[in-house]
Amino acid sequence: MPTFVYMTRCDGCGHCVDICPSDIMHIDKTYRRAYNIEPNMCWECYSCVKACPQHAIDVRGYADFAPLGHSVRVDRDEEKGTIAWKIKFRNGTEKNFLSPITTKPWGQAIPKLAEVPAPSAEQRGSQLLYNEPKYIRLDEGGLHTLESNGLKMKKGVYY
Amino acid sequence: MAYKTIVEDSIDILVVGAGLGGTGAAWEARFWGQDKKIVIAEKANIDRSGAVAQGLYAINCYMGTRWGENNPEDHVRYARIDLMGLVREDLLFDMARHVDSTVHQFEEWGLPIMKNPETGRYLREGRWQIMIHGESYKPIVAEAAKKSADKVFNRICVTHLLMDESKENRVAGAVGFNVRTGDYHVFKSKAVICGAGGASNIFKPRSVGEGSGRTWYAPWSSASAYGLMIEAGAKMTQMENRIVLARFKDGYGPVGAYFLHLKTYTQNGMGEEYESKWFPDLQKMVGKEYLDPEVSHLTHRPIPTCLRNHALISEVNAGRGPIHMVTMQAFQDPHLEEVGWENFLGMTVGQAVLWAATDVDPKNENPELTTSEPYVMGSHATGSGAWCSGPEDVSPPEYFWGYNRMTTIEGLFGAGDAVGGTPHAFSSGSFTEGRLAAKAACKYIDDGKAEGIVVSDSQIGRRKKEIYKPLEHYKIYRNAIVAGDVNPHYINPKQGLDRLQKLMDEYCGGVTVSYMTNEKLLNIGLKKLRVMEEDLESLAAKDTHELLRAWELKHRHRAAECVTQHTLFRKETRWPGYYYRGDALKLDDKNWHVLTVSRRDPNTGEYTMEKAPCYHLVGDDE
Ligand SMILES: Cc1cc2nc3c(=O)[nH]c(=O)nc-3n(C[C@H](O)[C@H](O)[C@H](O)COP(=O)(O)OP(=O)(O)OC[C@H]3O[C@@H](n4cnc5c(N)ncnc54)[C@H](O)[C@@H]3O)c2cc1C
Ligand code: SF4
Ligand code: SF4
Repeated sequence: MPTFVYMTRCDGCGHCVDICPSDIMHIDKTYRRAYNIEPNMCWECYSCVKACPQHAIDVRGYADFAPLGHSVRVDRDEEKGTIAWKIKFRNGTEKNFLSPITTKPWGQAIPKLAEVPAPSAEQRGSQLLYNEPKYIRLDEGGLHTLESNGLKMKKGVYY
Repeated sequence: MAYKTIVEDSIDILVVGAGLGGTGAAWEARFWGQDKKIVIAEKANIDRSGAVAQGLYAINCYMGTRWGENNPEDHVRYARIDLMGLVREDLLFDMARHVDSTVHQFEEWGLPIMKNPETGRYLREGRWQIMIHGESYKPIVAEAAKKSADKVFNRICVTHLLMDESKENRVAGAVGFNVRTGDYHVFKSKAVICGAGGASNIFKPRSVGEGSGRTWYAPWSSASAYGLMIEAGAKMTQMENRIVLARFKDGYGPVGAYFLHLKTYTQNGMGEEYESKWFPDLQKMVGKEYLDPEVSHLTHRPIPTCLRNHALISEVNAGRGPIHMVTMQAFQDPHLEEVGWENFLGMTVGQAVLWAATDVDPKNENPELTTSEPYVMGSHATGSGAWCSGPEDVSPPEYFWGYNRMTTIEGLFGAGDAVGGTPHAFSSGSFTEGRLAAKAACKYIDDGKAEGIVVSDSQIGRRKKEIYKPLEHYKIYRNAIVAGDVNPHYINPKQGLDRLQKLMDEYCGGVTVSYMTNEKLLNIGLKKLRVMEEDLESLAAKDTHELLRAWELKHRHRAAECVTQHTLFRKETRWPGYYYRGDALKLDDKNWHVLTVSRRDPNTGEYTMEKAPCYHLVGDDE
């Protein structure tokens, strides 16, 4: 069943419940630990796996077509800004991968738009969005328009 | 039921569904509406919700105007060729002229974008795609949205839009329930931006056991954008234009980077090239304007996605399957091998799980490809969604009614999959559309268009009763039987979904009938959908999780009905490889070079279908 939870590792913290986009990680009332209540609605998206502080969640490929004896493990490290994967094939082959997940410390590089100067009436009347035209080409160039690009909307020939 | 009613009042902008479109809307709305009250209602957790929950390895829509790589009109031309001539060119041009500013912001926010070491430019996968390390794409854009919003309500399944009672056809907010607490949530708002995403699981998936979760589009893409808007009476367009994808078999791993960057290619079970063999016959079906392999070869004009599917489907039906992706050469290069694997780990981990389980190492073995079940969405190589106004400086009168990305319901805007006629927006374009909708929604409010909205307690009470009916129904009838799920008084959401998928598959051109349908079949399908609607009144949910599934099913059912109506209306085969009308197998430009537009009357449930003119702004050649 796509995700499953190791009994001895889970402490019932609920992080997986909080994050699962499919609402299928739930806490079992008897054991007070998490489990996947609806495996056929699991995308193997690994959101819960990445979020579990105990590394208690793992994935066993869909029974319809995935034989037993494999594993794909992940370690996502927000502080280092990396994600590490370890793939184990049924036949024992192993592959490891490491990628960056961000280039900036979390949350600091995004401005609060409530605090930037309010748009002028002219900006409001224009077709420009926040930070435009500067951010379109990162030079002084303006927005593309039908006029600037020598274009015209014409009714389709067959209509 | 003892669920509380929680009212959030005096909202200016309500964002329903915070995926890529919704986060873009919430973020930008704060700039144009610095004192406005901006609220998000999201079914899951905004940090990992929507189609980008597990990340992406590419941004598929980036012009590169700063390096003179492409102009917006080039993108319009490309999307139009891919969609067999029919797109909203005004909306596409508008998205394309803004999308680069979105991507440049993403980079500034910390999204790792790969660079070409020789040129210093973003590393291109293909002409439109740039490669990223996008595992945290969704948390990053979520952070931006959270910085702008006054409040984010996670785990709210929005079930209905609220409508103004003082002015017809004007939106007034939305209602839903908290999937965890069960509480009833009422959001009274001047404007609503709908970003509730596209639809998986309307058609029967290829795997029907545990593996039915391994769909291409996320299993939680519940057609809610369509369900909500159709139900409220918004006009919809191109809903027949469902998409079928050629993907790695069972895992649905994406093929874009494989074709474009790794330069892998396909062959049939005999090891032969097969695609070109089908082109002469196909050209007779669609005409030389839409398929001209010689011109494509000389000018790099793309062969439309659906036509390439057609070749694959036909080859398999001719008994020469399976189709293989030839990876063994490319994967000998360790760098390309790494890209191949990371491509999955960044956006379709399930494909890596599958290859590990089946001992498929693409270095030693060419993996199988197949075509998927159909999906309904509006931001990939397909453009289903609401009929929306374009921007005033681009759109002709037929496409313009005051506010950019506003649907035909006043105050109701769309972004991403919710907007029709704008294929190839992808993640960056959807976010950009959200930004455009947000600016327009602020203007709508500032122009005084949302004054005097009235929502009566009776509307709020009526919806509440409707929402919890499946729980009530379960409580009343559960004890009529000893145990189990077979009950003469009700069906549960899973049983309902199975029924929907089976009938859509068999009557509306799903995978088990090789995507074939016709007028007779479609009419039977519509009849079955109508009967199913009666049974949906007898849906039972044993807890709030099942209540979520119940409302997802209702949204899927409504979208499916609209898809079937549109498929019936368009009497031609416009996109062979996506679906076929067996009774009209040819593309018919004389009668059908038009966009289809539907409206479901919220009072009677009747559909009205029209043809809308298709405007063009560029010629075919560059
Ligand atoms: C496997 C895969 C690969 C892809 N690859 C790429 C790629 O490489 N590059 C690229 O640019 N794009 C790619 N895309 C496309 C991209 O993900 C979409 O185009 C984009 O996410 C669409 O944005 P959206 O806002 O319309 O929908 P989504 O991002 O899906 O957001 C919809 C949101 O609405 C919420 N919601 C749904 N129903 C309700 C409800 N009833 N009430 C409240 N909230 C609700 C959902 O939880 C979700 O948060 C890929 C998609 C998939 C699935
Ligand atoms: S996040 Fe991990 S430890 Fe916490 S409940 Fe889930 S499985 Fe258990
Ligand atoms: S892998 Fe994704 S869908 Fe499956 S349980 Fe975990 S978070 Fe939910």
